[in-house]
Amino acid sequence: MAVSMDPTPVTVRRGLPVNTLVGIAVIIAASIVGYFLFPNNLALLTRIVATMLLVLSIDLVTGYCGVATLGHAALFGAGAYGAGIVSAHFGINEPLTMTLIGAVAGALAGLLSGIVILRAHGLPQLVLSIAVVHLFHEVANKASSWTGGSDGLSGITTDALLGMFEFDLWGRTAYVYGIVLLLIVFVLLRILVQSPFGMLARGVREDPVRVAAMGASVHSVMLRMYVISGAVAGVGGALNAISTQVVGLDSLSFTMSAEALVMLVLGGTGSLYGAMVGTVSFMWFEDVVSAANPFHWLTIVGALLIVVVLFAPKGLYGSAAAFLSRRRGGAK
Amino acid sequence: MQTVLSIAIDALAYGMVLFVISIGLSVTMGLMRVVNLAHGAFAMIGGYLASYATRDLGLGYAPAILIAVVATAIIAVPIERLLYRRIYGAPELTQVLMTIGITFCVIGLANYAFGPTLKTIPLPETLSGSIDLGFRAIATHRLFAIVCGLIVAGGLWFLIERTAFGIRLRAAVDNAPMAAALGVRTQLVYAVSFAVAVGLAAFGGVVGAELLPVEPYYALRYMVTFLVAVSIGGAGSIPGALIACLLLGTIDTTGRYLAPEYGEFFFYLAVIVIVTLFPRGLAGRFK
Repeated sequence: MAVSMDPTPVTVRRGLPVNTLVGIAVIIAASIVGYFLFPNNLALLTRIVATMLLVLSIDLVTGYCGVATLGHAALFGAGAYGAGIVSAHFGINEPLTMTLIGAVAGALAGLLSGIVILRAHGLPQLVLSIAVVHLFHEVANKASSWTGGSDGLSGITTDALLGMFEFDLWGRTAYVYGIVLLLIVFVLLRILVQSPFGMLARGVREDPVRVAAMGASVHSVMLRMYVISGAVAGVGGALNAISTQVVGLDSLSFTMSAEALVMLVLGGTGSLYGAMVGTVSFMWFEDVVSAANPFHWLTIVGALLIVVVLFAPKGLYGSAAAFLSRRRGGAK
Repeated sequence: MQTVLSIAIDALAYGMVLFVISIGLSVTMGLMRVVNLAHGAFAMIGGYLASYATRDLGLGYAPAILIAVVATAIIAVPIERLLYRRIYGAPELTQVLMTIGITFCVIGLANYAFGPTLKTIPLPETLSGSIDLGFRAIATHRLFAIVCGLIVAGGLWFLIERTAFGIRLRAAVDNAPMAAALGVRTQLVYAVSFAVAVGLAAFGGVVGAELLPVEPYYALRYMVTFLVAVSIGGAGSIPGALIACLLLGTIDTTGRYLAPEYGEFFFYLAVIVIVTLFPRGLAGRFK
């Protein structure tokens, strides 16, 4: 296995490699540590997990397909509203069903926004993605009888998970459920990005013209990736709706999209680990700094971003991985 | 008819303010290929400085504008040297991360220094009334904004098309390494155009303070609008930016007048349609 460096080593692996098992172990270990370090702050940890799913889903289109988007919260919010609306209006309170509906809603939103966003490249593409998330936001605001408008969607209730585990006040069940969802998504995405389809997507990022010349449809690859990405973001949104029992318009906002993209770039694009590392570090940092100094936290977060660009241009994980050249290339 | 006229005047004024602020972004984007999300932050700095100069130092409107423009440009020069120069030619995402970081910093500092409240820039007597055009009275300030926009457009056109600096600028836009090989000091061109762009942003921030009120989240709130304007106009094109800003101003103002309950729905719908129809901008050099 080559060391991790550009161009990304191209290998198609079968089954679950050691690397994925290590990833699973790390996620489980980190979540247990988090559980015991912050037993009173599990809501934050669950929010981090939900955001992580969003950031992972951005990584699919940005890191693996090279589509720059500042509008990915549209997919996250679609999942959150999808899961929330079936619970608040149709009385479907089974968490697994809600999650599934969230994933479907996210995938549909992904299809819709993918069709729009993939029509342009570069800056116009960025602008289209911004326009898309604003459209979603305005529609959700206008359809207030369904979404609660700017008051947020309330009245979401959830049954016990699998009929056994009630969602408790401390958010323990929600946290564990979130971690399980994250693990499932992580394994599925590992399989996806190392599948021939994942390789094709990377090829599209590196050189779309050549991929087209090889006979593959660039547009269809990216659109399919967008739908998958939407499903992942939708699961994140549904998890957020289930754990907080409320869906606000901010889950469809440009700010959320921008922050999520920042988290991804902070961690390092084109790597599932980068997405997760970026989310944890950004949200943890934001939480600590905003608690410590409510006046200056935005300044400090901004300074952190500048420092990262200057000294770790590949992102925290990307740069660390490049630094530790013994790190396996497959992790990228 | 009255409504149509009001919309037309407001749209024109809004479009011109948008133009004054975003033309700088358009030039730097065309020239340096930097997706500069911090451009709105500089407009905001200008607004704050002008507000400080008029309300706390008791200066007049004109000196306040001058102070805002010059001081903001001076603030921008070291930022260009130390930060922006590192991200020329970097991938888009890196530029987004860096410039969002700068925006966050500016918002945080502005919030700390000036507080979270809305800042006004009191207009002088001559601009605060209204002018009677015979059939209709319009606010003088709107007219002032429109005239400012026209002057900026004309001045920039002259600077870029008719001066030696303009020739160097265009050469650097078209092919920076070749221009450098021919003896154009591209670093200097970059620095000067960046300062000019930022100065224009500050100018627009002050002149447009009535339409885009100055508050700490200004930088984030209108950043998208400026980016949209540049993208639709096509980076690096003055006529493109002018048409795009007037078009966007019209769409936005009409939407606000006729269908306020839909918020910015129609604005962004129009953006999607326009970008889809003209993926390279109305008159773009951006690839």
